[in-house]
Amino acid sequence: MTVTSRRAFMSRSLALGCSLAASPLVTPVTMASGPWDARLVVIILRGAMDGLDTVRPLGDPGFAGLRDGIPEAGPDLDGFFGLHPALSGLMPLWEKGELGFAHAVSTPYRDKRSHFDGQDILEAGTGPDAAGQARDGWLNRMLQAMPGVTSETAYAVGREDMLLLTGDAPVANWSPEAALALSPQAQRLLERVMHDDPLFRDSIDEAIALSRAEVMEMTGGEDLDAGAMMNAMQDNMQPTREADRVGSIVRFAAERLRQESRIAAFSLNGFDTHARQDRTLPRALDPLQEAVLTLRQELGDVWDKTAVLAMTEFGRTARWNGSGGTDHGTAGAMLLAGGAVRGGRVLADWPGLSEPDLYQRRDLMPTRDVRAFAGWAMRDLFGMDRGVIERTIFPGLELGSDPKLTL
Amino acid sequence: MPFDPARAAIRFGCGLSPSVAAPETPGAMLALLAGPDKAAAAFPAPGFEGVRKVHVAVVAARRRIRDAETQEARDAAARERAALVRDLRSEAAGWFRQTVLRRVTTEDGLRERLVAFWADHFTARGKGGPQRFGQAGYVEDAIRPHVAGRFADMLKAAATHPLMLLYLDQTGSVGPNSAIVTKRGRELGLNENLAREMLELHTLGVEGPYGQADVWQLAQVLTGLGYQREKGFVFRAKYAEPGPLAFMGRDYGSEAPSLNRVMDALEDLAAHPATATHLARKLAVHFCGDTPDAGMVAAMAEAYRAQDGQLMPVYAAMLEHPAAWSEGAGNVKQPMDFVTSALRALDITPRHLPAKPRAIMRHIVNPMTLMGQTWGAPPGPDGWPEADAAWITPQRMAARLQWGMSVPFRMMRLLPDPREFVETALGPEAPEAVRFAARAAETRAEGIGLVLASPAFQRF
Repeated sequence: MTVTSRRAFMSRSLALGCSLAASPLVTPVTMASGPWDARLVVIILRGAMDGLDTVRPLGDPGFAGLRDGIPEAGPDLDGFFGLHPALSGLMPLWEKGELGFAHAVSTPYRDKRSHFDGQDILEAGTGPDAAGQARDGWLNRMLQAMPGVTSETAYAVGREDMLLLTGDAPVANWSPEAALALSPQAQRLLERVMHDDPLFRDSIDEAIALSRAEVMEMTGGEDLDAGAMMNAMQDNMQPTREADRVGSIVRFAAERLRQESRIAAFSLNGFDTHARQDRTLPRALDPLQEAVLTLRQELGDVWDKTAVLAMTEFGRTARWNGSGGTDHGTAGAMLLAGGAVRGGRVLADWPGLSEPDLYQRRDLMPTRDVRAFAGWAMRDLFGMDRGVIERTIFPGLELGSDPKLTL
Repeated sequence: MPFDPARAAIRFGCGLSPSVAAPETPGAMLALLAGPDKAAAAFPAPGFEGVRKVHVAVVAARRRIRDAETQEARDAAARERAALVRDLRSEAAGWFRQTVLRRVTTEDGLRERLVAFWADHFTARGKGGPQRFGQAGYVEDAIRPHVAGRFADMLKAAATHPLMLLYLDQTGSVGPNSAIVTKRGRELGLNENLAREMLELHTLGVEGPYGQADVWQLAQVLTGLGYQREKGFVFRAKYAEPGPLAFMGRDYGSEAPSLNRVMDALEDLAAHPATATHLARKLAVHFCGDTPDAGMVAAMAEAYRAQDGQLMPVYAAMLEHPAAWSEGAGNVKQPMDFVTSALRALDITPRHLPAKPRAIMRHIVNPMTLMGQTWGAPPGPDGWPEADAAWITPQRMAARLQWGMSVPFRMMRLLPDPREFVETALGPEAPEAVRFAARAAETRAEGIGLVLASPAFQRF
């Protein structure tokens, strides 16, 4: 055992004092009886996913007129809704009841249709006035309301900041792409240089510990020499393509969720499909499908205790625009997945698609606040108090009737 | 502790440099700051106006795309729009390069640090379209000219700048009894966003003596401030709430709204004693650490109050206070400070950082994003976090280390000897552990990276 891993081990043991339930040293039996056994994964779909193309209301008489020439048919869901073909790999989950959707949902944000404000409001979980003012995210406020939260309880995975998990509760942040590969000599010198400054020492120790799996994959356990180390570092300084990063992000999230972590959040980009949506939307949906399938595979037994929520800042226009795409709209769709989810359903108070039924005669009309589904999920999974959800986590939200999201 | 040149360059400047001497006295630092802005003259960058013009052109192109009668015409307009944005993006990389080179070469390092401090104090950013490249021009227009002047002038410049008006939704704020509402019956209303942030962040501070009623009243006073894409900043009297308006115990303006009443209110806010305390404390925390000496903060606030909100006396009160020169670990450098002080210690020249957008993105902008600081895009109106722990997380620390070990070599090819570099970068008080690492590293790049990653270099 190296110095580093011993230190990391010790800091985990110390966490015992704070939270028994979150510790790997407590038997699984104890864990299962705690409120912390469920897992919640939140995926932010950035760019505004087109709900009407992802979960297509084929049974609505207005749909064909709005979306003439949908190029490729996808699988049928329930006789009314059909799925985009790029997500057809999820059909086995739908059939097992491990995949569902909520449709015609939105945040309280209206009219200005700015990604920047829309994502702020989605992640802040607040009312429409909070655009640009948000200081913390709803998932962090949920952690603040829960007992026994440690720095391992929740992970923001990926290289971007997520307002969703920002706030006073401790949250870990790591991206497998940041994996730190060091030659043995560099690591020894680094430990010496950092030794007297606890903030720096603990950060670098933790970075080395978190990098272990990725580095092992890269080196096969061989020591790195100085040149290989520098090449790896140069590669790490550059952004990677969405398709290349989603697998490693999700595998890392799953690894943490199999251990102490209970909550993970990450983002997928590329949903801003203003043109040639027949090409651009599949490029964004592919990583979403891969993320869900990888989670199911990597979580193993834990998948049965897991709920995945994938949500976006707003929907898109009901009609095609002049470039074969869609522009910023209002209501959209949300994906729910996981062994803990009661799937096989599209939850919707369907507003209809005739022109007077559209919001401002252009967008799908929102009929339910997307926050209500997140609220019910945290109530079902973690037993969160209804008043705390409606007042603190999502201020001003009315949870409304119980959609019975979990089994 | 008395004044120390190395500490002055690190804590209050852009870092040590092998080719630019560290300041000899607080007076010398202040004299440079009071003098001409040589760094901006050597590495000029434009204001927001160019971004506005591109926006006008983009909107025109968008209109042509919509109205095109042939696919050919539509494609041509679309190409034109894409080219406008592409060109702006590469220009913006050039503005960033200027900012970096100012910090790398200046002898007036305090000025660059103050520009960053006040730009953060008055955080504004573009939310989309060409304006997302607007932050650099905003700083050139509204912040930089005023860092050695009066705070009230900076407040006025920031509060009337298009980028701020757009960022905090002032352009959509309309007086409930304004002409446009009463005569045309349009359903418009107040937006409190700018008023709230002005009280909470820009002037009195969150602990300051104000409440929701004051926010609402200030929002009424601010009505009329507007931005038109075709013109830039405008005062739109018909959107403004008729006066006189009460705000914090005073009346502003007569019945006919005017820009003057807004300026009067901003003067009064700048002169408020709570503003003096808020600004003094914030400056002290930023430069001297999370728990600044109470006597130093009081002296700074007093200088502000006694001298009409002039900022130079406030800086003087800080630099002349013994607490400013205390030994021990300072704040953690933000990524911009870390990267530019590293390049300064490495003595890079403009030649090492070619004016090619790709190189600038690869070497600096992308890595800084991985360190948690996307240039020009602070996370919220309260700016970048001040707390050390926000920056030194496992992921962000890994990015700092990886940058230090790989990018200087990529940029320079020929690196200095780490054993000498440790003295150049850290000065006479370099810790023995860092000296040892510089000697024992297997390659120059590794040695340089270890020095740059050390807490002694990462902290002010």
